[in-house]
Amino acid sequence: MPETLIDKIWSTHRVGRRIDGKDLIYIDRHLLHELHAPEAFRKMTAAGRKVRRPELTFGDLDHTVSSAVGRDDQSNPDGVDFIRAMRAGTSRFGIRLFDLDDPFQGISHVVGPEIGLILPGMTYACPDSHASTVGGLGALAFACGTSELEHVLSTQTIAVTKPRSLRVLLGGRLSRLVGGKDVALRVLAEIGVAGAQGHIIEFAGPAIDDLEIEGRLTLCNLSIEMGARSGLIAADEKTFSWLEGRPYAPSGRDLELALEAWKSMRSDADARFDREVTIDCDGLEPYVTWGTDPSQALPVTGTVPDPDTLAPERRDRTERALEYMDLAVGTPLVGLPIQRVFIGSCTNARLSDLKVAAEVIAGRRIAAGVIGLVVPGSSLVKRQAEALGLDVVFTDAGFVWGESGCSMCAAGNGDHGEPGERCISTTNRNFENRQGAGVRTHLASPATAAAAAVAGEIVDVRDFLDRG
Amino acid sequence: MQPFQTVSGVAVAYLADDVNTDEITPVHRSLEPDFAELLFARRKRLADGSLDPSFPLNRAQFAKAEVLVAGRNFGCGSSRESAVWAMLAVGIKVIVARSFADIYRDNCLKNGLLPVVLVADDQDQLERDVIDADGASQAVVDLVTQTITSPTGTNFSFEMDAAERTALLEGLDDIGVSLREEGSIRAFELGLAIDSPWLIALPVATDID
Ligand code: SF4
Repeated sequence: MPETLIDKIWSTHRVGRRIDGKDLIYIDRHLLHELHAPEAFRKMTAAGRKVRRPELTFGDLDHTVSSAVGRDDQSNPDGVDFIRAMRAGTSRFGIRLFDLDDPFQGISHVVGPEIGLILPGMTYACPDSHASTVGGLGALAFACGTSELEHVLSTQTIAVTKPRSLRVLLGGRLSRLVGGKDVALRVLAEIGVAGAQGHIIEFAGPAIDDLEIEGRLTLCNLSIEMGARSGLIAADEKTFSWLEGRPYAPSGRDLELALEAWKSMRSDADARFDREVTIDCDGLEPYVTWGTDPSQALPVTGTVPDPDTLAPERRDRTERALEYMDLAVGTPLVGLPIQRVFIGSCTNARLSDLKVAAEVIAGRRIAAGVIGLVVPGSSLVKRQAEALGLDVVFTDAGFVWGESGCSMCAAGNGDHGEPGERCISTTNRNFENRQGAGVRTHLASPATAAAAAVAGEIVDVRDFLDRG
Repeated sequence: MQPFQTVSGVAVAYLADDVNTDEITPVHRSLEPDFAELLFARRKRLADGSLDPSFPLNRAQFAKAEVLVAGRNFGCGSSRESAVWAMLAVGIKVIVARSFADIYRDNCLKNGLLPVVLVADDQDQLERDVIDADGASQAVVDLVTQTITSPTGTNFSFEMDAAERTALLEGLDDIGVSLREEGSIRAFELGLAIDSPWLIALPVATDID
């Protein structure tokens, strides 16, 4: 029988069936972070449990770490207990922690792929909803809560009923300055924040073939915002060459074996999905959100929608969103003044994101009155960007250049906006109060965010560059 | 986990759709947060920090509510389990929603908080009944019979996966249930070592070249 990529990963990882009928799926890699792991460590210690495969488990410091240059444990007073508990827990259980001074420190979803820990056809668990980022390499991610995290640590498996499959076929070609983030917001606008509930998404089609790996990681990052269990993209030659030489990726004879396995990890031509959605990406414009959930997104040339024209169940949410965002029906997105810009997060703070933002910024300055912060997704990205001189491009333009971590994405590290501010952000959630009490977040790509920083208002980055 | 059987208690309605876990429990700043305080920490307060008297869970008649009636896609967003622990901390033991975000529902099940979805017409009726009763009488949720009696006396039945129901009724230790398959896990790992050594024998890496 023809199989989907999801079927193939499932069948190669199925350990057996539990007495309650759930499948037990083996987890190849497990990354933890300091916001949630300490509680699991505490409970495991109390219950006398051991970590089954500490050598397949890694720890990150990302949510609570300060982005200030020269930071230490105490730079974010609210983070110090988490950081120390993470150190104590990982050392007690024999888990390698990418500590603040480790070259591999960074946001788990950025670090895992870039050091080759996550590979095509793998299963991956992380106590964080954006685990699905790694789907961009063809791996199947499980985002979990703290109890599930304890389960994975104790058993190296997850007990789960197989979700349904949804193929999102993305046709057409992407134009210049339009990337993974814009595609993701386009899909979100189409299917909504619960559109993929109970499903794992496989993204496929010509627009996916065209996307570079980092753009695929961005798109898969936002699967959770679509309500999906997970999202992935079959690995191809681009993936294999992107992985080559990464520190934890196989080499030599192992690589030959791995490549053989990876090449079969794609959906068979006639495989059946439980659902399919097709979206044409030809002529896709840069997308920006206007509301307080990531599906409330529009082409940048759009205008704020009228709740009365929407389906009844969307109306209340929309009215509330417009109130929170202080937007009137019919207002064009282009021209909305912004006071803060954040370029960072597991969605859009990889090297290619910083490069495209720097290209837009180069030789320009942030508009008067706008505060700009760039926080690389990992310490490796930061070093690579600095080697290219990108830090200087940003600081010359008036941005603050920070140390890697989640920073203003969830405002868990002391970085946040001020009440009433309008912030354009390359992150994944425009929820009320997420980037600070009363902050109004507009999600966008790094290119769009960078252009807005210079213009002091939301702009169409394509026109912006053409104007020179 | 505490076994779940029957809950008789006040039901409160908070009917917004797409309530996310940032709203339910903002990021906690301490290893041992006050979960009750964290529940709807921002949502329940006005701009000046005082409790918003119009927020349903703030109203006196719902102070001891044990059943929450909610909208579509409840608990979307972050996978943080605090969004379930905080419900339990204030005594909410059942959530009846139009639908749940997947991870939130998992987190409920792992903590003995019963997530129920009724058919749409029943949910409409339950919402009306809960609003009409306004906390003056109790709802009954019985997992053994898979029924709900609304505070005004309407009866509904609900579906529940048999395994999930058993786990809740018996308060099963999820990890313990998986560890019964220890033999299969070990056999699987042996197979991996032979077929895909690169998956489990990791190189030692300390930095990029
Ligand atoms: S960058 Fe944001 S979304 Fe990503 S892991 Fe950190 S807090 Fe979560």
